[in-house]
Amino acid sequence: MTTEPVHAGGTVALEGEQLDRLITALSERKFEVLGPKLHDGAIVYDRLSSLNDLPSGWSDEQSPGKYRIKRGKGDALFGYVVGPHSWKKFLYPPVQRMWQAERNGKGLHILPNHDSAPSKFAFFGVRPCELSALAIQDKIFLGGPYVDPGYKARRENLFLVAVNCTQPGGNCFCASMNTGPKAVAGFDLALTELSQDGHRSFLVEIGTAAGAAMLSGIPHRPATDADKQLAERVLAHAARHMGRKLDTRDLKDLLYRNYEHPQWDKVAERCLSCANCTLVCPTCFCTTVEDSTDITGNHAERWRRWDSCFTVDFSYIHGGSVRATPRSRYRQWMVHKLAAWLDQFGVSGCVGCGRCITWCPVGIDITAEASAIRQSDQAKAPAEQGRESE
Amino acid sequence: MIHTLEPIVEQHPFFLGMEERHIALIAGCAKNVRFESDQVIFHEGERADHFYLIRQGLVAVQCVIPNKGLTTVHTVGPDEVLGWSWLFAPHRFHFDGRAQQPTLALEFDGKCLRGKCDEDHDLGYEIYKRFTQIVTERLEATRMQLLDVYGKRD
Amino acid sequence: MASAIEQPEIAAAAAAADPMLPALYSIQRVRQETDDTFTLELVPEDSHSSFGFRPGQFNMVYIFGVGEVPISISSDPGSLPMLKHTTREVGTVTRAMRQLKRGDVVGIRGPYGSCWPVAKAVERDVVIVAGGIGLAPLRPALYRLMAEREKFRKIVLLYGTRTPEDILYRQELEHWRGKFDLEIQVTVDRAASNWRGNVGVVTTLIPRAPFDPSNTFALVCGPEVMMRFTVMELEKRGVATERIYLSAERNMKCGIGFCGHCQLGAVFVCKDGPVFALNQIAAILGKSEI
Repeated sequence: MTTEPVHAGGTVALEGEQLDRLITALSERKFEVLGPKLHDGAIVYDRLSSLNDLPSGWSDEQSPGKYRIKRGKGDALFGYVVGPHSWKKFLYPPVQRMWQAERNGKGLHILPNHDSAPSKFAFFGVRPCELSALAIQDKIFLGGPYVDPGYKARRENLFLVAVNCTQPGGNCFCASMNTGPKAVAGFDLALTELSQDGHRSFLVEIGTAAGAAMLSGIPHRPATDADKQLAERVLAHAARHMGRKLDTRDLKDLLYRNYEHPQWDKVAERCLSCANCTLVCPTCFCTTVEDSTDITGNHAERWRRWDSCFTVDFSYIHGGSVRATPRSRYRQWMVHKLAAWLDQFGVSGCVGCGRCITWCPVGIDITAEASAIRQSDQAKAPAEQGRESE
Repeated sequence: MIHTLEPIVEQHPFFLGMEERHIALIAGCAKNVRFESDQVIFHEGERADHFYLIRQGLVAVQCVIPNKGLTTVHTVGPDEVLGWSWLFAPHRFHFDGRAQQPTLALEFDGKCLRGKCDEDHDLGYEIYKRFTQIVTERLEATRMQLLDVYGKRD
Repeated sequence: MASAIEQPEIAAAAAAADPMLPALYSIQRVRQETDDTFTLELVPEDSHSSFGFRPGQFNMVYIFGVGEVPISISSDPGSLPMLKHTTREVGTVTRAMRQLKRGDVVGIRGPYGSCWPVAKAVERDVVIVAGGIGLAPLRPALYRLMAEREKFRKIVLLYGTRTPEDILYRQELEHWRGKFDLEIQVTVDRAASNWRGNVGVVTTLIPRAPFDPSNTFALVCGPEVMMRFTVMELEKRGVATERIYLSAERNMKCGIGFCGHCQLGAVFVCKDGPVFALNQIAAILGKSEI
């Protein structure tokens, strides 16, 4: 055991019980540590005060429209995948007051939100797909000419402890989206939980100087080749055991050329337009604003809240909604997520976390929908047609 | 005098590209006319024995709507054709045609031209082709008008 | 995505500050334009306002406690700091706007979005096709063109509206027609007999309008259906697709690409538009419910 300084880019190993000290170290540095916790029969993201808060020994069972927690085989700390929450709720809260305004006579003045010390979050147990989702939201709120100041402040203070996925869930397809099961970038520290002969340890990859600094003072040992090989093996196994897969070849053009595919009608027969998929999605970012006044009429507030392209009002312009039918709204969501996103942000809007499949009340599966369209491509690419005629 | 109209007919965009002999036949049915502002050129229900190529001015195609009075549904301006009822049975005007401005036009004797079309189907084909094009364009424009794209006002 | 159109630079200061905070403007006048259309004439409360805009851009206009809507700027870029917004009474916010009086204060965020390719049209003919209130976002382009009239060849405005009573900026159009070398053709969908002008949809003006299609920039704004038919007529006439520009409209809540409401296929109308080169959106134009 050592507390020797470590460096970004390095890899060390922690014995199981030492991980608690990482939570302590984060708390001591005034981070609000957030991570997975069992609550109301689901694993959600909430405040952690120690390792004991983690759903040790719990696993989850996920399939289209279904989520159940169950006891896992062993007492793994991270033996489950993602639940209904995603980290966006901390960085871009579901409801935010933008500003207030006071009327004085004919005039008015705007009161910006007070600059309270911005939250200092440590996300503990971020899955690789979720790191990708975070990088996507960074592009939206930080990557353009305009920046969301609240998101920026929270993001800049953020400490990220990633956890690689050794046991993918029933609706996971990160391997298809190239976002997992192993984190490759965007973390301060990345853990791989290793269990051998009843002994638990963590392989820790150090992503940043901040990550290295946080580890100093926590007893660790050099990672052995055996540790690394074991981690590689379990992650390779995970990559081969994804619950779903999505064929992303030519997916953008496939969807663009199938705007009128009958599958949209089929999915619309099932879709309830409930917006669950957009709310659980870690990359969906749409919001609306609400204005209100108090009873005197002299004080007004402007609030921003998460919105969804599945609502009829979402596309309302004078006279009616552009997307009046569930068919068009499902199409908008999926084509945006899997195709238009690439044009807008240079990456797919889907990270393969499977939440939209799990939390859809009727079990609509985005991978199945994409595959159905691929099976009966209404307007095959010219190259493919050529091949068929050969 | 008739000969002097040939160059005008020939150069009119509506007859562009027609054979010389056909131009001569058409010009033979044409005469120059002038309408003062508000002058009625034809009335709804009248026999449609003429059509016009507008050279200058503007003619309104109108209809009387009870309570609303005379309403213009379409206008025909320079280089455009006014009237196709002469070509299709029952050869009656369905609207009023009224000059909205002092208007110069070529008036064609439709009855005469119908006869020539019956005798010379090549001519008939050319005439029908050109008028069908006009009818199509007006139908498309009318459909768009029906959409009332600028929104309700009441 | 790569944009083929002139994109205004966004002032670094504007981008750095909280882009959701409005600046305050007071109403100088509310001018009734037609039965259901009016213009807000606004001046900034802050006398040091450095607000500048390009023709085609829009602002988010906030009414105290009621809400905020995107409205194109319809004033002369040369007459800042005065801003004018012409809009129709169509919803809660615009109805409240109509009730505003001189001295009332509104919030303004902007300017946002892309602009008409006025600079690119130098040495060429410019045909402007406007439908209804679509003339409002085009008016700043007309001001620009008139201000530098000698730089352009023929300038033609084809303007269609519902009835003669719905014609916007009538006096100004008359003034321009008299003062500048500007061909203006107006047509209405229906009219009483005393209307001496054209009756018919605006597309019927295109075949005979005096411009050289091989050397023309076309700027089009109006209801989406009108723009689609206009594009067909312009292309039939021989105007190159890459020189046809349209201004699109979608629901907007933020104006800066955060809220997602204005997505139109792969573009955000608020930041990639509202002015698009036709080839940017041709593939989805006319598709149902995009």
